[in-house]
Amino acid sequence: MDVVFLARIQFAANITFHILFPSISIALGWVLLFFRLKHLRATDPQQKLDWLRAYRLWTKIFALTFALGVVSGVTMSFQFGTNWPGYMERVGNIAGPLLAYEVLTAFFLEAGFLGVMLFGHRRVGEMVHLGATFLVAFGTLMSAFWILALNSWMQTPAGYEIVDGVFHAKNWLEIIFNPSFPYRLVHMTLASALTCAFLLIGISAWQILKGVAIDTASRVLRTGLIFAALAAPAQMVAGDLHGLNTLKHQPQKIAAMEGVWETTRGAPLLLFAIPDDATRSNHFELAVPKLASLILRHDLEGEIKGLNEFPSAHPPAFAVFWCFRIMVGTGILMLLVSWIGLWRHWRDGWDFARMPRPMLKLFAGMTFAGWVATIAGWYVTEIGRQPFIVSGLIRTADVASRVPSSSVALTLAIYVVLYLALLVAYVGVLKYMSEIAEKTKGPITSKDHEDGPHQYQRRGEFA
Amino acid sequence: MISMSFDELLPLIFIGLMGVSLLVYVVSDGYDLGVGMLMHRATPEERDTMVASIGPFWDANETWLVLGVGLLLVAFPKAHGLVLSELYLPTALMLVGLILRGAAFDFRVKAKTNRKAMWDRLFIAGSMLASVCQGWMLGRYISGFGEGWNYPIFAGAIAVALPMAYALLGATWLVMKTDGQLQDKAIEWSKIAWPPMVVGLILISMATPWISETVRDRWFSLPAMIAVASIPITAGIALLTVRLLLGSPAVRGALCWLPFALLVLVFLLSFLGLSYSIYPFVVIDRLTVWQAASSPESLKIILIGVCVTLPVIIAYTGFSYRVFRGKTIELDYA
Repeated sequence: MDVVFLARIQFAANITFHILFPSISIALGWVLLFFRLKHLRATDPQQKLDWLRAYRLWTKIFALTFALGVVSGVTMSFQFGTNWPGYMERVGNIAGPLLAYEVLTAFFLEAGFLGVMLFGHRRVGEMVHLGATFLVAFGTLMSAFWILALNSWMQTPAGYEIVDGVFHAKNWLEIIFNPSFPYRLVHMTLASALTCAFLLIGISAWQILKGVAIDTASRVLRTGLIFAALAAPAQMVAGDLHGLNTLKHQPQKIAAMEGVWETTRGAPLLLFAIPDDATRSNHFELAVPKLASLILRHDLEGEIKGLNEFPSAHPPAFAVFWCFRIMVGTGILMLLVSWIGLWRHWRDGWDFARMPRPMLKLFAGMTFAGWVATIAGWYVTEIGRQPFIVSGLIRTADVASRVPSSSVALTLAIYVVLYLALLVAYVGVLKYMSEIAEKTKGPITSKDHEDGPHQYQRRGEFA
Repeated sequence: MISMSFDELLPLIFIGLMGVSLLVYVVSDGYDLGVGMLMHRATPEERDTMVASIGPFWDANETWLVLGVGLLLVAFPKAHGLVLSELYLPTALMLVGLILRGAAFDFRVKAKTNRKAMWDRLFIAGSMLASVCQGWMLGRYISGFGEGWNYPIFAGAIAVALPMAYALLGATWLVMKTDGQLQDKAIEWSKIAWPPMVVGLILISMATPWISETVRDRWFSLPAMIAVASIPITAGIALLTVRLLLGSPAVRGALCWLPFALLVLVFLLSFLGLSYSIYPFVVIDRLTVWQAASSPESLKIILIGVCVTLPVIIAYTGFSYRVFRGKTIELDYA
């Protein structure tokens, strides 16, 4: 098989696996800080214990999630070079400092304070511990900042000059705050908020269904629902603005997302279609007239450029078109479920015991809804940038590895098996941890209200 | 050398930074990987203590690898392409090892109790795979990726010796961080790992001059020979002291930290010796630091970041080691 194709599949497999974990941990760090503060501020003993238990369970989930993010991230740092050696040779002067700043200001910060955050509570004061938790949460956000700056620069390059085919930095502020960066940063941060919120919702709904740790799970479920009900509409607005920004800077990506082949005034919104990259047309269209123009141009007769305007320089339509619909569809579902769920919870007098079980089952079924939307969204933006690695400037095929395709195929197979196994193990352990949450805890004692019932912890329970 | 401009000096600063990052990685993740490999000789309770001794640190330790490889990628993209293309398969296998080790770290205490033994096996296997691959990569790198029957044998020898060095480092780490029966075991493990590590070190020291004339001239010409001879002599004395300490009762008491500290010194000296051999090449006899370096302006931007953040990183890494100082006790989430 073609080595460029294999290198792309391998890189895609790795970044797909990797993003699962940051998309949880970016927001979960802040949620942990929230749980800890609620625990410290609560005056009612039962409430204080509930928040402490929430903090304990979700710290373990954070630790596991973070570890998988780290190991897949280390792999990624190697794959930049092994899969795309020409990329660094061409744009190393720009990508290099951004990656270096991510390592220096984010990775070390997270990793340095993670130990104190996870295991240091008995060894440092409450304020130092809160500080460590804050720095870990801040570190994950910083990491997102730098890597999204680089990704956005590849989508909408700015602030550079090219001398003899090599890119040089001209203006660092323009490079970092390139046209699509603010939109992507907000969009991804909200995506993480939603992914994390639905993880909170799903796992605690599962606990309530199973009758485990109901008091704690109720508080977490309520937190998750409120969190999701706020983040979902914000994400709709952010997504719309991001789309308009893409229309301005990468019209070919929008054309693929909307399945528009010929430039059209008053373009319809396709609810369903099978875009065919071979015949360059759509099959089985189901359309709402003029709606795409209205959404994108805020004008019923607005013009949408078609893919045919970009000969051999536009992304494959089918994948981008469908990933976009999966992302938006999941997003709308998350909005509806969080709002209806919250409304129902209010009608039930803020008591989950009175919530219909099918509703709780729906919550549990949507535990990983955020993953679906996040991955679909990244596929839209990454496949939507093809055939370029740096939009309009460097083609992916020109910077690919010169390693024999058999080596790439072999390592691809190993990585895929490993990732799938770890994913199954991750989901399995999340389920298991949520079901045993109460069994590892003892009765309430005076020590619970001080700094936690350490004596009840299972032996050897850490990282 | 003396009249070097700042722009010409930059690649040297960066090769230094990269080297130091990789040295810190080898020492710090070296003891993690060593402890991981030694787990196959320990009881389930001892395994918990062993993992607890490295639990708060391993993540930060692995970050030095990301920094080292990141600096290679960022500052010397040409060398990065050359080195990682030559080492494509061992690199991938090392990553598989590191993924298994890192994932098992968390899974072993969170999965069902009856799965713990499986995750422990994966922890041990991951540590071993990563160490063996790193040894092979080191062997290939310092022999300049040469072709011929003798090169794979040499790389194979290093692929055995480096895990032994890690095991020794890990065992002396445990001597420092544990007490009682586990400490006694760690002393025995240290004694077993000592001879292969010494043989490996001698092999590496002899191989580089044998492979490269440049290196030979540099080490074996007077008067430089007298000055640089201090490196192997000090390393030799340090290694002998480690062996003597392991046989003495003092290592169970006040001097428990000394074997580990002396081994760190040996790693530092080996690093200095290797740097002296290779300079000014990134890849022996093929690519110098100046041929491989990125443009000065982007190196300067990174250097500013390094100057600002590195002292802070060192400070909070020190803080973390202070928080978890002393003999290891059980870790728990609170």
